[in-house]
Amino acid sequence: MAGEGVKLLGYWASPFALRVRSALKLKGIEYEYQEEDLGNKSPLLLQGNPVYKKVPVLLHKGKSISESLVILEYIDEVWKHNPLLPEDPYERARSRFWAKFVDEKCVPALVGVITKVGEELEKSAREAREHLKTLESGLDGKRCFGGTKIGFADVAIAWIAYWVRMEQEAFKIQLIDQQNMPLLAAWIDYVLEDPVMKEFMPPYDKLVKHTRDLREKLTAVVSN
Amino acid sequence: MEEVKLFGHPASPFSCRVEIALKLKGVHYDFIAEDPSNKSPQLLQYNPVHKKIPVLLHNGKPIAESLVILEYIDEVWKTNPILPQNPHEKAKARFWANYVEEKCLPALFKTFWSVGEQYDKDKAEAGEVLKFLEDELQGKKFFGGDSIGLVDIVANFMAFWFRTIQEALGLDVLTKDNFPKLWEWAENYVNCSDINQFLPPKDKLIAIFPPPYMGQHLVAFFQSRLAAAAAAK
Repeated sequence: MAGEGVKLLGYWASPFALRVRSALKLKGIEYEYQEEDLGNKSPLLLQGNPVYKKVPVLLHKGKSISESLVILEYIDEVWKHNPLLPEDPYERARSRFWAKFVDEKCVPALVGVITKVGEELEKSAREAREHLKTLESGLDGKRCFGGTKIGFADVAIAWIAYWVRMEQEAFKIQLIDQQNMPLLAAWIDYVLEDPVMKEFMPPYDKLVKHTRDLREKLTAVVSN
Repeated sequence: MEEVKLFGHPASPFSCRVEIALKLKGVHYDFIAEDPSNKSPQLLQYNPVHKKIPVLLHNGKPIAESLVILEYIDEVWKTNPILPQNPHEKAKARFWANYVEEKCLPALFKTFWSVGEQYDKDKAEAGEVLKFLEDELQGKKFFGGDSIGLVDIVANFMAFWFRTIQEALGLDVLTKDNFPKLWEWAENYVNCSDINQFLPPKDKLIAIFPPPYMGQHLVAFFQSRLAAAAAAK
């Protein structure tokens, strides 16, 4: 489907850009993708997101939209087929609630696992496990956050499936407990097998290396 | 017959946001005032994840998180929309609402707790954050244009809560001189009849600030700063 001049500024390792790529794919929208060098941001990025200067930025009909969840809502409103958000306002509120929960609680804890050492690292891992357990309750016993099929909240949250597995392997730390979080573990498997969701997930080994390098750099700063 | 209940607190900017939206839409609701140090079983049942107010209960279904509640209210009750119709304008409103919540609130709040050089640093940082909002208001009475919209509702703490505490402490983070448009916006805002009925009396707000759940050390620090500011006048 022609996107009338749709362009996405992203970064291969950004979970936030991943959200938008998945959403555009689910809607079958054609777009131009521009990979950003975060150490040398393009003028288009700086103009498109002057407040945060971050990816992702969606450019459409000469206008820019920033903040991944805001972009997802925009995409859902402009291209109405294959809706991401449910129709019922209460279900829409639930989807938004869980997407927000992930950004406010899970992201800092998962970032903490990468950036911290020693006791602080243990604390972050504990928090991450707690929040993931809470996240499981959002599934409400269903296969995915959208109910029977992938929806707004799944697209917003899917990257967790990938990142948690990656952090567990990269740092030899347990975040998902198959016994303690069976539903979430099942959701993770489901999402990682979905052809649309997995299409834009970064190459695993590359992401592991990237994250390990990032951790080395950041924790070296901390211990010096 | 619709049943709308709001679990909130009369001095909370977050629950105030929901009251403003319900008032703008002409929705009748029951207000249940929660005591943060003694939360009701219903609140814990309806918001098990965060255990906080506000929670909107609509026909028995609970919605938590003020920004999520505001979107819900706008979708269910269509009079006086608080979000624009145009998708790009809507996206901009959501962007700024998030900015106010995630950037402004913490940056402004920080300035209450620092002194000396640290205060100057925090004030400067808050200023950098506010500059974007000052620019965004150019040519507009409210962030929503001629009338109150989502961003205005979310920014309620800036217009009233922040300025009240700032004045009590003798701070100068957001002033008429350094942010003339924001100041004018704030003055218009607090004088709006749809809004000022939900604002707690200033002295009451100062008396209960900060909420005890933030920690006794902050309460003590605040009291000493208040006393110092009063002595300096």
